Amino acid sequence: MAKRIDVNNLNAFYGKFLAVEGVSLSIEPKSVTALIGPSGCGKSTFIRTINRMHEVIPGARVEGEVLMDGIDLYGTNVDPVAVRRHVGMVFQRPNPFPTMTIAENVLAGIRLNNRRLPKDQAEEIVEGTLRAANLWDEVKDRLERPGSSLSGGQQQRLCIARAIAVKPDVILMDEPCSALDPISTLAIEDLMAELKENYTIVIVTHNMQQAARVSDRTAFFNIAGAGKPGKLVEMNATSVIFSAPAEKATEDYISGRFG
Amino acid sequence: MSTATEERAPEQAFAGPRRDILNRGFAGLSRGAAITILVTLALVATFLVKEALPALTANPSDLADQVDWLKDEPGRSLWPVIASLVFGTVIIASLALAIAAPVSYGIALFISHYAPRRMAAGLGYVIDLLAAIPSVIYGLWGAFIFIPAILPALEWIERSFNWLPFLRGRVIATETTMVNGQEVVTQVFSVGTGRVALSAGIVLAIMILPIITAVTREVFLQTPVLHEEAALALGATRWEMIRMAVIPFGKPGMIGATMLGLGRALGETMAVFMILSPWSIPRFSVSVLEPSAHNTIAANIALKFPEANSMGVSALIAMGLALFVITLAVNMLARWIISRRSEFSGAN
Repeated sequence: MAKRIDVNNLNAFYGKFLAVEGVSLSIEPKSVTALIGPSGCGKSTFIRTINRMHEVIPGARVEGEVLMDGIDLYGTNVDPVAVRRHVGMVFQRPNPFPTMTIAENVLAGIRLNNRRLPKDQAEEIVEGTLRAANLWDEVKDRLERPGSSLSGGQQQRLCIARAIAVKPDVILMDEPCSALDPISTLAIEDLMAELKENYTIVIVTHNMQQAARVSDRTAFFNIAGAGKPGKLVEMNATSVIFSAPAEKATEDYISGRFG
Repeated sequence: MSTATEERAPEQAFAGPRRDILNRGFAGLSRGAAITILVTLALVATFLVKEALPALTANPSDLADQVDWLKDEPGRSLWPVIASLVFGTVIIASLALAIAAPVSYGIALFISHYAPRRMAAGLGYVIDLLAAIPSVIYGLWGAFIFIPAILPALEWIERSFNWLPFLRGRVIATETTMVNGQEVVTQVFSVGTGRVALSAGIVLAIMILPIITAVTREVFLQTPVLHEEAALALGATRWEMIRMAVIPFGKPGMIGATMLGLGRALGETMAVFMILSPWSIPRFSVSVLEPSAHNTIAANIALKFPEANSMGVSALIAMGLALFVITLAVNMLARWIISRRSEFSGAN
C-alpha cells in the first residue's frame, strides 16, 4: 500500500498528436501531489497515463516509463486491468453507477474480484469504507437507495469510497472538486488529508488555493501554444512552488498573470 | 440611433407575439399528435369489439352453421379455435424472440463496444438493410430455400430428441417388432416437409433481429463514457465493464427493443403464412417440430378472410381482437418491468 511512482521521459499521444511531451517526475508515497497548469496543458492526460486509462481512448498511446516501486506499468507483461486495480481513480464529475444502490457502488470494485462476498463481510466493508470517506453518517439509513439520489458532493465522496474500497496503492483524482460547491469541496479536501496517511494521492486541480491547501508537492504543467504538446515546467515542494518558483512561467501562472 | 427608434411602452418591451404564436403552435401540434395516437387506439379497439360482437354473442351452433371453417371443427365452437391460434401465435413468437434476442444483443454489443469503427459502420448498414426486406421475401425464402436447407437438421433433432415432448414430430406410422417373443409397438415420427413451428420461429427470428439490434445498439452507444470509465478505472475488463455499466444502463431500452421485436413477431402475417401449412387445423401441440400443428392468428386471418361471409368476417375479427389484447398486455407488462426500477435507470 502507498507506493512511489517514478515517471521517466513520458510522451502521450492522441493518434499522431503529441499531447504531453517528455515528462519525468517522482511522486512520493503517503503524500498529496498536485498537478496544476492552464487548460489544455496535458495534466489530465498525464494523470490518466498513471493508471493506463489514457489508452482507453481510441488511438491514444503512451511512450516512456511509469515505474511503481520500480515496476514499469507499461512493461510487456503488464495487464492494464491489473494496473487499474492498484491505481484507483476519481473523476471530474461524480460518476456513481446509477443502476446500483449506494452499498453496491461501494462494493462494485470488490465484487469484480470476489463474486461471492458473505453478507456480513460486505456490510462491514461498506461501513468501514464509507466511514473512511466521511460519508457514513449521511447515508447509513439509505444504503439501498440509488447512488444518484445523493447530492453532488456526496456522490463524489461515494466515488472516493468506491475507489478506496479495493485498497489501491495510489489514488488519482482528476479535478475532483470542480463540479462541487465550496462546502463539498472542503469535505473532499479534509478527506484527502486523512487519506494520505495510507495512500499515495495525485490530484489535478484548476484551483491553486486548493493545490496550496492540500498538497505536499506541486508540479506545474504548461503549453507553449495551441497544437503544441504540454510539458512539465517544474516540480517542487508546494511551499516552494507558491513562494519562490524557479521558473518565470510558474510565477506568472500562480500570481494570476495568465491561465 | 435612439432617436430613430420609437420609444416603446415598458410592457411592450417584454411582448413577443410572433414567438408566442410559434411556441403555442408547436405545443398544440405535438399535443395533437399525442391525442391522435390515443384516438386511433380507441378507434381500433372500438372497431374490433363492435365487429367481433356478432360472432362472440351468436349462438354457437348458429355460428358454426354460418362459418365454413367451423363446420368441420369437432366442437363446432369458436373459442377453442381462437385459443389454439393464440397458443400457436405465442409459441412461434416466443421461439422467434428466444432465438433473436440474445443474438441481437450480441451483435449490438459487438458493434457498439468491440468492432473497429469501420467494421461497426459496415455491420450496422447491413443490419439496417436486413430490416428493409419485405416479409413476403422472407416468407418465400423461408419456404423454398431455408426450410429445405435445414430439413436434414430438423430431422436429426427430431430423431435424437423425440423423447422430449416438445421436440417430437407427428406420428406417421406404427411399427410392430418382436422383442423376446413379445410384440412391441413403436411409433414412427416425422417432421414432414419441415413446415413446423420451429422453422417459422427461426425465420421470424431473422426478421425481427434487425429491429432489436438497431435499437439496442443505439441504447448501448448512449451509455455515458463517465460510467464506462468508472468501471474500467476500478479494474474491470471490457466484458465486466459491459456488465457493470452498459447493460444495466441499457436495460429499459433492451426491454423496449425486445418488445418491438415481439410485436412484429406476433403480428407477422405473410412470412408465417408462406412457411406453415395454413390449411392445417391448429392444435394445442407443445411440440415445435410437429408439422401442421400450429398456426398464428394473423396468418389464419389472411388465409380465411378472402372467402369469408359476414359472420365469418366477424369471427375472424374476434381473433384479431384476441391478438390486439395479447399485444397490449405484452406491452403493458414491459412498461411495468421498466417502471419498477425507474429510480435506478440513470435518467436523473
